[in-house]
Amino acid sequence: MSEGAQKVPYRGGGFSPVAKRGAGFVVFVVLVALAEWGTRTGWITNLTLPRPSDVGATLVELWQSGLMWTHIMPSLTRLVVGSVMGISAGIAVGVMIGLFSYVRAGLIPLVAAIFPIPKIALLPLFVIWFGIDEGSKYALIALGTFTPTIVATYGAVDNVDRTLVRMGQSFGLSWASIVRKIILPGALPGILSGLRVSIAIGIILLVAAEMLGAEYGIGAYILQAGSLYDLERLFAGVLILSVFGVVTSWIIGQLEKRLLRWRN
Amino acid sequence: MGRAIGPPDLPMDLTLNNVSHRYSDMLVLDDISLHIPAGEILCVIGPSGCGKSTLLRLIGGLEQPESGEILQLGEPPEGCLNPLTFVFQDFALLPWRTVRGNISLALEDHGLGRTETNRIIDDVLARTRLSDFGDALPRQLSGGMKQRVAIARALAVNPAVMLLDEPLSALDAQTRELLMEDLVALWERQHFTGVYVTHNLAEAVRLGHRIAVLSRRPGRVRELIEIDVPLKDRHMGHPKLEELQTRLWELMREEATAADRELQHV
Repeated sequence: MSEGAQKVPYRGGGFSPVAKRGAGFVVFVVLVALAEWGTRTGWITNLTLPRPSDVGATLVELWQSGLMWTHIMPSLTRLVVGSVMGISAGIAVGVMIGLFSYVRAGLIPLVAAIFPIPKIALLPLFVIWFGIDEGSKYALIALGTFTPTIVATYGAVDNVDRTLVRMGQSFGLSWASIVRKIILPGALPGILSGLRVSIAIGIILLVAAEMLGAEYGIGAYILQAGSLYDLERLFAGVLILSVFGVVTSWIIGQLEKRLLRWRN
Repeated sequence: MGRAIGPPDLPMDLTLNNVSHRYSDMLVLDDISLHIPAGEILCVIGPSGCGKSTLLRLIGGLEQPESGEILQLGEPPEGCLNPLTFVFQDFALLPWRTVRGNISLALEDHGLGRTETNRIIDDVLARTRLSDFGDALPRQLSGGMKQRVAIARALAVNPAVMLLDEPLSALDAQTRELLMEDLVALWERQHFTGVYVTHNLAEAVRLGHRIAVLSRRPGRVRELIEIDVPLKDRHMGHPKLEELQTRLWELMREEATAADRELQHV
């Protein structure tokens, strides 16, 4: 090697996220272990945080007494009914906005006006309109999932590659064929990723609705525990909600895997 | 429905009379008159931004000319499902459909029935040498293969006129060479009428029976050149074609320089 020769320093790398398996699980375990250790040694008082093992015991008890399903089933029904209504209406309106200029001009300002309203504030109104029972809860969740679904859907329709639409026209495809075979499949990825946000909002509103008036349901359970300052039960309820979130996100992930296999 | 495959189908000529077009205030095409006889390929070349692609979209009815008229003379051949058929630069394949699915897209609105549809798809896949790739998705294919699929899709509707919008511009030089040979073979098999827009002079002299040279914006026909060498006798390095290509370049050089230095109007 000649005098003064140096190896070229490597300066690429980084800035490309790589999937690290199990890292999320480790963070979770470490946090729980830390809480367990802290509450056992008295470093964290019982008033600040419940002992994780006690929360676990509460969950087991809830399961064994059969009360878990008594609370989960009404919540699940409300979430499914409400979000199916909101999401299907949202997709329909979003596609219309994407396709028709008049609908777009007429509805986008309205959607922009409705979107930021905290829907919980409207619950008293909904109680009058739809009754104190399930109706008002369905309506709240439906309205909450409706607006974000609209925004995601028309954005997705707008993003469909226009050269594909021109291609369809150049082959003389009918308007309906272009919508059904080019626009809708092209918008599907955007609609599905919008659903993640919509359903998360749905879960938040579910709890809010149940806190304001329900005998059974995860929200009612949490509210009850909160007013008694029963941290174990409060955390048990919150944990169940997290599982709701994880499961719905997993379901959408599976849907994406099946329906969007063409992406890779 | 029976389809005539192989030459010669009854021809369809295209005529452009004094076609002008502008985008808002900017004149992009100025008084273009052209005749495109049936069974011939007309290559349109010109510097970038001269409106060649616009011209093609006008011919194919994807845009309306501001003035002038575009006429199709004669009836499209029997069994022709889409007289004016495009092949796009970026292939325009649906990524969620397989190769067969993409071709069937062009056929589905015509109510042909499953067996006839499959027969046509098998036929065009064989003609473009794609028979083994029917079930592949576009993302699995190379650029050259994708453009073959787009060409197969265009052939499936048995077009009277093929409108090719820089079909080889997104491909590398070797693939381009292969596809040019394929296009010549397809034309030899069935003498389709073609309008072939390109900025590549080598493609123009290989594939055009006639070449229309457009000026820079606003595009006018500067020259119309006829090449009397049969397509199948043309090959890379053919002396007459080389000479012609040099002549075309001399014709275009100044225009291209000027077009290159022009500010974009956005």
